[in-house]
Amino acid sequence: MKTEQTESVLLDSPKKSTKEPVIEINGLYKSFGNQEVLKNLSFKLFDGENLVVLGKSGSGKSVLIKCIVGLLRSDSGIINVFDQNVLTLKRKELDDVRQKIGFLFQSGALYDSMTVKENLEFPLKRMEKQLKQKEIDEKIIEALENVGLPEVLNKMPSELSGGMRKRISLARTIVVDPMIMLYDEPTTGLDPVTSDEISSLINDIQKKYKTSSIIITHDIECARMTADRLIMLQDGEVYEQGNLNKFEKSTDLIIRAFFK
Amino acid sequence: MKIIIPVKRAKEIALHHTIKLSEKTLAKTKEAHNFLTDFADVILFIARLIRETFSRKFEVREFFHQCFNIGYKSLPLISVTGTIMGLVLTIQSRPVLANFGAETLLPGMVAISLIREMGPVITGLICAGKIASGMGAELGSMKVTEQIEAMEVSSTHPMRFLVVTRVWAATLMIPLLILYADALGIIGSWIGANIKGDVSFVLFFSQAFKNIDFLDFIPAVVKSFFFGAVIGIVGCYKGYNAGRGTESVGKAANSAVVLASLLVLIVDMIAVQVTDMLVK
Ligand SMILES: Nc1ncnc2c1ncn2[C@@H]1O[C@H](COP(=O)(O)OP(=O)(O)OP(=O)(O)O)[C@@H](O)[C@H]1O
Ligand SMILES: [Mg+2]
Repeated sequence: MKTEQTESVLLDSPKKSTKEPVIEINGLYKSFGNQEVLKNLSFKLFDGENLVVLGKSGSGKSVLIKCIVGLLRSDSGIINVFDQNVLTLKRKELDDVRQKIGFLFQSGALYDSMTVKENLEFPLKRMEKQLKQKEIDEKIIEALENVGLPEVLNKMPSELSGGMRKRISLARTIVVDPMIMLYDEPTTGLDPVTSDEISSLINDIQKKYKTSSIIITHDIECARMTADRLIMLQDGEVYEQGNLNKFEKSTDLIIRAFFK
Repeated sequence: MKIIIPVKRAKEIALHHTIKLSEKTLAKTKEAHNFLTDFADVILFIARLIRETFSRKFEVREFFHQCFNIGYKSLPLISVTGTIMGLVLTIQSRPVLANFGAETLLPGMVAISLIREMGPVITGLICAGKIASGMGAELGSMKVTEQIEAMEVSSTHPMRFLVVTRVWAATLMIPLLILYADALGIIGSWIGANIKGDVSFVLFFSQAFKNIDFLDFIPAVVKSFFFGAVIGIVGCYKGYNAGRGTESVGKAANSAVVLASLLVLIVDMIAVQVTDMLVK
């Protein structure tokens, strides 16, 4: 599993710190009405790493990654993605940034009026760069094979099980070869076997496409398998960050509640 | 007899009523405030809609897809209601006209009322029920299940892709559906006339159209476009602005039907007034 790897990351951490941050968040605030969800949140995502974000339900994890892609506007703070501040970008520039980011929604968000194939075609046909139909078909097949579901091409999302839907939406996310992946609870609601498959898939994607990822999860097994580094959100702030070892050995009650 | 209330109690009662009253005022102001912000939202929505319509990229494919959805897929329903409309109108008016010995006026009268009023309004209301609620539910569920956000991160402008196409498709297709309903209404009327008596279709048709001129058609067609726009805008607005829970999908669909039907009638009333003024 990943433990040896995190150890080695720890050993050559000087090298790690020279890596460029691809996402840099500084002093982020976001509230809905008078409910403050994110308060002075700051962290970095480095090139090529898997960053796991832990936090209990309602702690603002989904809100955080929606702010990163500009789906929600934060009240103040800086969100730099590839050195561009998302908050100040124009629509067109924001679209360019978004093309480099894959977003796996917590609910899957498959278009339920379209078949699986059309679902996967959608982001490809919407890209700046126009692809030929043949290339599109190849990419779709490859993505479906990556998630282990090549046979459902012509089904409607409503005909799939919850786990299958999750995997198809993962396929739709990776089909555009993003440089950054944002996973919102990729394994929630799946059986342990499928969860493990998805977790290794996340690792495969990281290796194969050299992506940097933020993985939001409650699933500690998934965190153990995928994390290079973890951060924990509590009350809209970063409560703790570090590698897996630090979290596993922590005596803090809130952290222990996750790592039972 | 005097009723004596202790001062303390009187104060309590007074206080109680003042609180009740201020609560009520507060609720009323809130209501008014909500209504005003809603209204402002709608205006903004329409402004955005117009701006997006004339943006560089119009989603042509999706527009035709929606025309197909709204127009073609409503044909069976509109056929049935159109025919019934003409049939019923004929059967109901015949005895009255017969009393005056004016049965020959039947085709013309039915045609005029169909084209001027019954066709547009009844078809408009049916479309409000079918199309506005469909849009409200569809966009509402897309909103709740994050599909609209998913589109947005795939560099697709949801307003352009989902709303502009639907509103324009409704604006263009609903007038066509209304004309189609008018035509079937006249056929239904001929069927009704044939239940008692034997009229050839050609004769019936020529009698029907003898009494109709251009001035009957134009206002009806013009208001049909407004019906279409109202239905499209209300359906999309309600769906696109649905809340976050699943129950808001139902709410969106429901309030879309109610508001769209109401607005169809209001637009009709205004249209009738305006036509009346212009024709004089
Ligand atoms: N669009 C919104 N409007 C109003 N409140 C919102 C909105 N989005 C999120 N919230 C609120 O922000 C808080 C954080 O929500 P968020 O979805 O980020 O939680 P989460 O950490 O992802 O939880 P979970 O693990 O259950 O998914 C919640 O209290 C939620 O009610
Ligand atoms: Mg969440």
